[in-house]
Amino acid sequence: MTLPIIILLPLLAGTAATLLLRHRGFSAAAWAAALPTAASLALLADQAPGILAGEQFLRTWRWLPDHGLNFSFRLDGLGLMFGFLILGIGLLVILYARYYLSPHDRIGRFYALLMLFMSAMLGIVFSENALLLLMFWELTSLSSFLLIGFWTHSPLARQGARMAFAVTGGGGLALLAGILIIGNIAGSFELSAWFTARETIRNHPHFNVALGLVLVGAFTKSAQFPFHFWLPAAMAAPTPVSAYLHSATMVKAGVFLLARLYPLLGGNLVFEYVTTTVGLTTMVFGAYVAMFRHDLKGLLAYSTISHLGLIMFLLGLDTSMSSLAAVFHVGNHATFKASLFMAAGIIDHECGTRDMRRLGNLWRQMPQTTVLAIVAASAMAGVPLFNGFLSKEMFFAEALDLHDLLLLEDIAPVAVMLGSMFSVAYSVRFIHDVFFDKPYNLPHQPHKPPRYMKVPAEILAVVCIAVGVLPGYTVVPFVDAAARAVVGDDLPAYRIALWNGFSPPLVMSAIALGGGSVIYWLLRHRYDLHLHVPAHYTGRLLFQHAYDGFIGVAGRLTNWMENGSLQRYLALVIAVFLGLGAWPFMEYGLDMGEVMPSTPAPPGVIVWGAAMVGALGAVRFHHTRVVAVVLAGVVGLAASIAFAYFSAPDLSLTQLAVEVVTTLLLLMALALLPHPTPPESTRRRKARDGALAVAAGAGVAMLSWAVLTRDQESIAWFFLENSLPLGGGHNVVNVLLVDFRGFDTFGEIIVLGIAAMCTWMLLDGLRGEGPVETPSFAANRMIFAVAARVLLAFALLVALHMFLLGHDLPGGGFVAGLIAALALIMQYMGEGLRRMLAHVRIDFRLWIGGGVVIAGLTGLASVVAGLPFLTSGTLHPVVPLLGEIPLVSAMGFDLGVFIAVLGTTLLTLTSLGQVHRKPSMTEEDGQWNS
Amino acid sequence: MELIMAVGIGIVTACAVYLLLRGRTFPMVLGLSMLSTAGNLFIFSMGRLRPGAPPIVAAGTESYADPVPQALVLTAIVIGFGMTGFVMALAVRMYHQTGSDHVDGFEPVPERRPEQGP
Repeated sequence: MTLPIIILLPLLAGTAATLLLRHRGFSAAAWAAALPTAASLALLADQAPGILAGEQFLRTWRWLPDHGLNFSFRLDGLGLMFGFLILGIGLLVILYARYYLSPHDRIGRFYALLMLFMSAMLGIVFSENALLLLMFWELTSLSSFLLIGFWTHSPLARQGARMAFAVTGGGGLALLAGILIIGNIAGSFELSAWFTARETIRNHPHFNVALGLVLVGAFTKSAQFPFHFWLPAAMAAPTPVSAYLHSATMVKAGVFLLARLYPLLGGNLVFEYVTTTVGLTTMVFGAYVAMFRHDLKGLLAYSTISHLGLIMFLLGLDTSMSSLAAVFHVGNHATFKASLFMAAGIIDHECGTRDMRRLGNLWRQMPQTTVLAIVAASAMAGVPLFNGFLSKEMFFAEALDLHDLLLLEDIAPVAVMLGSMFSVAYSVRFIHDVFFDKPYNLPHQPHKPPRYMKVPAEILAVVCIAVGVLPGYTVVPFVDAAARAVVGDDLPAYRIALWNGFSPPLVMSAIALGGGSVIYWLLRHRYDLHLHVPAHYTGRLLFQHAYDGFIGVAGRLTNWMENGSLQRYLALVIAVFLGLGAWPFMEYGLDMGEVMPSTPAPPGVIVWGAAMVGALGAVRFHHTRVVAVVLAGVVGLAASIAFAYFSAPDLSLTQLAVEVVTTLLLLMALALLPHPTPPESTRRRKARDGALAVAAGAGVAMLSWAVLTRDQESIAWFFLENSLPLGGGHNVVNVLLVDFRGFDTFGEIIVLGIAAMCTWMLLDGLRGEGPVETPSFAANRMIFAVAARVLLAFALLVALHMFLLGHDLPGGGFVAGLIAALALIMQYMGEGLRRMLAHVRIDFRLWIGGGVVIAGLTGLASVVAGLPFLTSGTLHPVVPLLGEIPLVSAMGFDLGVFIAVLGTTLLTLTSLGQVHRKPSMTEEDGQWNS
Repeated sequence: MELIMAVGIGIVTACAVYLLLRGRTFPMVLGLSMLSTAGNLFIFSMGRLRPGAPPIVAAGTESYADPVPQALVLTAIVIGFGMTGFVMALAVRMYHQTGSDHVDGFEPVPERRPEQGP
């Protein structure tokens, strides 16, 4: 349980407390951040003795086991060392930031983000599950983005944040892909399972791809060449962030990942070649560029890149001592680089500039800062007595001892020498240019830094010396445990000490120190370094080009597609569907089925002809709207006849009724909209739409043809056989609706009701006022009214008949509802809709609700009886005049359908009928009313 | 019979799609309503065309039309009405609100002189 608490303390307690206390002043916020961190550190320290003795803890809590994602945590030597670095340096950075940030800065936000990052970083080093690790990994990218862009007003900060996020986040995606591939091979995402299945994974044909993806993830995070350019850009972050994320912890995550996966990857030739080559290149490149940076933080950034390359190189080598040197240098670099960043921040804070060309002679004003910067820079350069010297010695020894690496064997010693000399040169420059050289045009007289701002850097400087002088009493146990976690227990006997006798590495150290100093002297006095203009950052430029390019392309694409024209959107949607529909035809071709089609019957051809005339006519005459409505109605009627002819009486009735109400609805709307339709489509537009329409029609026709000429396999037989025994009805369609698929129908009447409610609400506020004329469509309203009244009783009787017999004969709730609605609406139109509604005051919404409730209750009745929802019971009483009535419980359900459909139809039509015309409409526009 | 049915569904679909792509709301709604008719006929024809065999169970009858597409289409017809009503209400509301019955909600500025329509 300890590990999750260690991770969660900063995340929950830290962020919450800092946000709560931010108004109580800087110190309160700093304490709020520091206490949870210290508590986590104490908890971790409590675990340390066991881990140092060689134990390792694994704990798993199931999260999404089906997807291989679990809360699995692991604490071993490697995690312990990183955990101490994260929490220890985190604590110092919290203290430092309290004095670094200015009163304008939002300190609560700063600390909260820092805590978020800390948790994410701890999560990475303690994760046992690869997916969980990735989650934390991306969380560090995200919090790093927010922290780099902390000064949101600065364009450089925003750009740097974007760049860092794009590179490290992109690398994270590559890592995800790599993890997924390995996880697929291993069948698990637990790291221990990966290590067990090591041989299976490494012999899999996809392993090299996965390896490449994982390496991209690690290299981007650890700023390796050619992905390094985001790190200098990230220096726009507040200095505490640079010290913490971009030197001590986050950039080490890539190194950590490879160390963590070392049991899986180590010894693989591809891994070894790629990692050592990239590491060595990065090391020399970073050190070279660092010499020419004038910005203090820029120098430190490139120096960090160089040191990360060094660590990468060591980690790539296939010897256990090199891995030990790698983890050792991780710790050393974190201490001296963090303190150097802090010193740089102090100088910036007190002098107002970080430009080394302007800074100078600061040892007079800040003697203490000078001393601690000298200590840290010496460690960076690899001067004896400081911690950097020890790991660099080991690095030299490894570089001289290469084998089986072909070309690299010869290049490496030279490259290592060069890189180390550059490293010395920029370290000397840092000290000389800032503290001893002549100042030039300083913004203001340097202040003395606040006492406690120096404390964190001082502590780190003391660590540098303590480790450098007495390694055995300080870090060796931790480094040893960490290395054992990486390479296993086959660590040879070794000794980390200040004095190892005269050896080639010592000579190399001496050459590096001497050569580096000479290089700096030459650069300063022969080349005139201060006049050097840094070359363009190629990586950064390329990134910016790619970034702008992507944004540009995306913008143009968006503008082309989203030009605000709904017609274009619809055309695009239709085109896409046409493409999808055409795909199978392309693949399988179009061939007719084996069933011979029947010869068309002459009456069928006549109806068909009428429908075609209707459809084509509606298109031809659509500018004259009323004509188009009538012609479109012909299509509906023809469909009704087709249904009747092809043995679907229920459909025929429903289609007929719906066609009538739809036509009514369209005519009502016609009175409310301007007309005729103005001719405005260009020839091109017409051609485009015509092509789309013809293609859509042809596709549908071919599909129908393909189906209609093939034999049918249907589930229909089940329903035909069971309709009577199970559903108690002869009309299978009705039984399907109210029984077999009753739940579906229940949903449909609800949808229908919602549509009608929406119609009603959409027209809210348009009812009642203004000129309103109830459409009557009759020259003489009197005759129409009388006829409607006569028809009413008859129509209602038909509806009742349809409803009662629907279970056995064509009919049912839907048809009956529509017919009754028609009868009533005719009544309203005869009497004048508004007057009528004012009289009667019926709320059709209640009908809809009531219908749904009745249908639902009927269904529930069977639940009460212990049967599934909507199961029906049967009774067939014989009633005089009507004959045998199929009285089933489903009839209650059908009653609900009937009422809901009635309510829906009436609500839709009456809402539209009550709308007043738009005042601006001319009398001519509304002529269809009279 | 199958041939004219397939061709008929195709032609109605084509006309409906063309109307659907018009710029004014009314022809668009008309196209939508026509498209539902075409769609219903299409789904219905998936049960094949069988004259004189309504799916009403009676003793001694062996041949029945497929009731499943019929049941699906029946509700679809009614829902189609609900949808037409809703879209029509939307069009009316938009016209009141924006003063234009163009689908984009404003009168288009013609780029080129439109052809003379009927």
